[in-house]
Amino acid sequence: MASVVSIDKLTKTYENGFQALKGIDLEIEEGEILALLGPNGAGKTTLISIICGLVNPSTGKVLVGGKDVVRDFRQTRSLIGLVPQELTTDMFETVWNTVNFSRGVYGKKPNPALVESVLKELSLWSKKDNMLRELSGGMKRRVMIAKALAHEPQILFLDEPTAGVDVNLRREMWQLVEKLRASGVTIILTTHYIEEAEEIADRVGVINGGKLLLIEKKAALMKKLGRKQLRLELSEPLTALPASLAVYNLTLADDGTALIHEYQGEEGQGAIASLLSTLAAENIHFRDLSTRQSSLEDIFVALVGEDA
Amino acid sequence: MNFEAIKSIYVFEMARLRRTLLQSVISPVITTSLYFIVFGTAIGSRIQTVEGVSYGSFITPGLIMLTLLTQCISNGSIGIYFPKFTGTIYEILSAPVAMTEIIIGYVGAAATKGLIIGVIILATASFFVDIRIAHPFMMVLFLVLTAITFSMFGFIIGIWAKNFEQLNIIPMLVVPPLTFLGGSFYSINMLPPFWQTVSHFNPVLYLVSGFRWSFYEIADVNPMISLGMVGLFLVICLSILGWIFKTGYRLRN
Ligand SMILES: Nc1ncnc2c1ncn2[C@@H]1O[C@H](COP(=O)(O)OP(=O)(O)OP(=O)(O)O)[C@@H](O)[C@H]1O
Ligand SMILES: [Mg+2]
Repeated sequence: MASVVSIDKLTKTYENGFQALKGIDLEIEEGEILALLGPNGAGKTTLISIICGLVNPSTGKVLVGGKDVVRDFRQTRSLIGLVPQELTTDMFETVWNTVNFSRGVYGKKPNPALVESVLKELSLWSKKDNMLRELSGGMKRRVMIAKALAHEPQILFLDEPTAGVDVNLRREMWQLVEKLRASGVTIILTTHYIEEAEEIADRVGVINGGKLLLIEKKAALMKKLGRKQLRLELSEPLTALPASLAVYNLTLADDGTALIHEYQGEEGQGAIASLLSTLAAENIHFRDLSTRQSSLEDIFVALVGEDA
Repeated sequence: MNFEAIKSIYVFEMARLRRTLLQSVISPVITTSLYFIVFGTAIGSRIQTVEGVSYGSFITPGLIMLTLLTQCISNGSIGIYFPKFTGTIYEILSAPVAMTEIIIGYVGAAATKGLIIGVIILATASFFVDIRIAHPFMMVLFLVLTAITFSMFGFIIGIWAKNFEQLNIIPMLVVPPLTFLGGSFYSINMLPPFWQTVSHFNPVLYLVSGFRWSFYEIADVNPMISLGMVGLFLVICLSILGWIFKTGYRLRN
């Protein structure tokens, strides 16, 4: 697939000498949903800010739609919509004016019908004449999204879109993200909530300390790094494991009433059938069986912990 | 050129200014009227004329300049400082607009408002004193160039300022003394020679003198030198702004 954002050896050192990005290489594919995970201060916002033109890069190169973000900023920025992490709004403006203003500064001719549909999509239509200071935090967040969508961007950056957002709005937001993706928009979001990445992303990148630790298709990541566990509740407790079972990665738990088999990703799955038949041969019966897959969270914690 | 963006910024700024127009017009109108009552009528009745012009008429151009400078600097600075302060500036900085367009939008709106207020003061003054404009074209030129230059100056302050104190210090503490000492209320020929020389280092002298010349053809310095000085200030402000674009000073770092 064609990459719509391409980042090459990007570094950023802030004025105070702090190096927030230490050489990032990343290709973002057209039409994908990419989740960037990372602890506080990892450099997620810095990375997004450089792509969007808010912060100048120190060294390295960023191309958006094949154009350089510094030199050809008009072309690159026209493609991008940004919902920043911080809620910043012009308190004394109306919803309607502020969203139309956004469209205007992106150089697009006024299009009331489009702005209307964006506001309706975000359940803001009834608030269009309200001043922003009269809105709740969640509604302000929606206004920020409406502003980012007002100029019909091809690439949408959502920097921690679900911070301080209730369950309903989060649902709605993900529905909207799905819809945008279906219409061909590439979406990059940052989050601390791993379930979120797990739920909607196609690919997941993990950033820590200004470095991209990994970037992988979510499914592949889970397959590669996800640990699986098979737990068998035994009918009768065992005191020791028979020798024939030694080849399997097994442990006895709960005073011998449960047998746990740990395996990693795909290659371990083949072993299950033979394990079960060995158990039958040894006359070990079980009442129940369950499997558990480690979540992205476990993977993330393991990765970031390793790096620290 | 992203004209749509310039228009959006300009219209947005003018809408913001419109909300505060009443207070921003009423206060200079009251202040100016007070000047006319105190200086023009009470004191002016004893001064009679300055270089053949009644005192009330003499101070009018200086009063307009005083208001124009203060208004343009404060509007120009607040226009850009406020989004910087609230964070909404992210949108303009991430939009496909060049700094030139941002400046045309903000400075244009600040200068427009300054000019509107300047014209209102002129109209107010005409209720109190006789106004005669000898060179209308030059008058408009001085007015417009000053409005643009000092709105740019305000814009620079707005980008530089890190807090409200820094934002207000120049319009509050620097501009009024310079205006008072720049011959708004007297001709510098009335001063002892030493202070006449000192006054020539005051940039506001050139503005007031040239502007007054366009009314009554009396001037402390040659009007062409005044015009040249206004042009020089404009070039200085443009160069500072040019440097700001290049470096992203206090905006993109
Ligand atoms: N303007 C700045 N000047 C100096 N240092 C900065 C600046 N902005 C960010 N930093 C530093 O750069 C690092 C990365 O910050 P960034 O905001 O990119 O992190 P983040 O991954 O978005 O974190 P969070 O999850 O908290 O939003 C942090 O250590 C931060 O202190
Ligand atoms: Mg952040």
